[in-house]
Amino acid sequence: MSNDPAVEIRGLVKRYGPKTAVDGLDLTVRKGSVTAVLGPNGAGKTTTVETCEGYRRPDAGTVRVLGLDPVAEAGALRPRIGVMLQSGGVYSGARAVEMLRHMAKLYAHPLDVDALVERLGLGGCGRTAYRRLSGGQQQRLALAMAVVGRPELVFLDEPTAGLDPQARRATWELVRELRADGVCVVLTTHHMDEAEQLADEVAIIDAGRVIAHGSPEQLCRGGAENTLRFTGRPALDLGSLLKALPDGTEAAEPTAGVYRVTGDVDPQLLATVASWCAQHGVMPSSLSVERHTLEDVFLELTGKELRA
Amino acid sequence: MTPTATDPHPGSGGRPPGAGTFTPAPGAAPVSRMILAQTALETRMLLRNGEQLLLTVIIPALLLVLFSAVDIVDTGAGKSVDFLAPGILALAVMSTAFTGQAIATGFDRRYGVLKRLGASPLPRWALMAAKTLSVLVTEVLQIALLTVIALALGWSPHGDPLAVAALVLLGTAAFSGLGLLMAGTLKAEATLAAANLVFLLLLVGGGVIVPTEKFPEGVQSVLGLLPISALSDGLRAVLQGGAGVPWGDVAVLAAWAVLGLGAAAKLFRWE
Repeated sequence: MSNDPAVEIRGLVKRYGPKTAVDGLDLTVRKGSVTAVLGPNGAGKTTTVETCEGYRRPDAGTVRVLGLDPVAEAGALRPRIGVMLQSGGVYSGARAVEMLRHMAKLYAHPLDVDALVERLGLGGCGRTAYRRLSGGQQQRLALAMAVVGRPELVFLDEPTAGLDPQARRATWELVRELRADGVCVVLTTHHMDEAEQLADEVAIIDAGRVIAHGSPEQLCRGGAENTLRFTGRPALDLGSLLKALPDGTEAAEPTAGVYRVTGDVDPQLLATVASWCAQHGVMPSSLSVERHTLEDVFLELTGKELRA
Repeated sequence: MTPTATDPHPGSGGRPPGAGTFTPAPGAAPVSRMILAQTALETRMLLRNGEQLLLTVIIPALLLVLFSAVDIVDTGAGKSVDFLAPGILALAVMSTAFTGQAIATGFDRRYGVLKRLGASPLPRWALMAAKTLSVLVTEVLQIALLTVIALALGWSPHGDPLAVAALVLLGTAAFSGLGLLMAGTLKAEATLAAANLVFLLLLVGGGVIVPTEKFPEGVQSVLGLLPISALSDGLRAVLQGGAGVPWGDVAVLAAWAVLGLGAAAKLFRWE
């Protein structure tokens, strides 16, 4: 298989009337990866994904999905992608299994519907009409409809919104399995833990632009420095510590006897600090490493709470 | 590039040994199979809906029985069922192709069904073809049922069945265009209200059970241009009067079909 990206977005602009929903967005999704598009409500996540699905025509920029133009080459693209909308998409009077079986009939080599129904716990929906299913059941049906056609690439728009923790983990499990079987997944979320748990790559979106992109580890390391804290007797000679530490690391004593080292906190740095303590006869009464989360990264980049 | 050109194992239906459950095997089903499946689903949704059945089956059947048995409206010379049956058939066509289709499609749009199907391999034209086929299947069931009831009431139809079929098809096209135009431009609730209101007005003013001659002359000429009047008068001319193809009514229906379908194609919004 070629190394062409699954999704390539360059300079995407999408306006609704006077409002600019997406404002010069660039994003590349590697084949076979799970990419999380993370951002607060109204950041442009859904508009971006729906442009990839062929629902929206870009006002500027280019979008290529599996090498195809989602609008002009929709007929060739649609059989190859799976789509989970944020809500709806099912006849209000249809039963869950009936709708799934119907979707399966639209594809050449669909999954075994009975096995999928069992896998996602939809068997219990019985003859209940879609409009009377619980929110969680509706979400699981939408997820099943997205994968039943055995697509190469799946777009999941907030797949776990409104799910209880158990159902959420079941959805995560399915996403991991899709990835293991070679399906590329693009999902939107405003849950940090979801992105950290699932994604190979995270694109943080704010006000219609990608403001950070990378693996969760890269983002946590790169966007914000980590901190090591220890306590000892007051007024230690920090100059000698700084000499031992790599360039770019800072050390301070914000309150007497409490020391803070900020920088690229890795095992080597921890060893350096520990041996410096040994040399100076310091027995830290506490020592902790504070790792920055994606939540911190987001706050630092945007000055906003993610779920605001 | 065709969808099947990217299929790693065409025609196998299975998957390569050792591969996982979700290993990609994309591809669209043949379009004929998609249309058939979609038609079956649309028809099931329609027949399962109680309000729709009330509109498409119960109301026309009740009107036929009631007005044939009781002499409420002066239907002119001859048996009243001979006057009523063609009108009721026209009403059945309108109830399915216009009212029922407008309401169902309006709610499909509202619930994101049209949007979701838009991301499936089913092309839009195939979805519309399936909706039309589903309307025609329903009409065949309605006409069969109403014909049996009318015959039991002593109906003696005349005329060329082909002329009847042509009128029904043209009427279906005209009403479908208007129904889809409404469903594709208004909100679902507005469509629900407007489609029922139009149904009621056309039922009274369209020559279904009340002869249009009962209205003042100025009003009559306007009423004659309505699609329901053209369909009921046309069907009556053939089935009651044994006339050939009623070209005037055919022309009116054709004009509505062109206008309605053209406007729907241009203005229909899928989301």
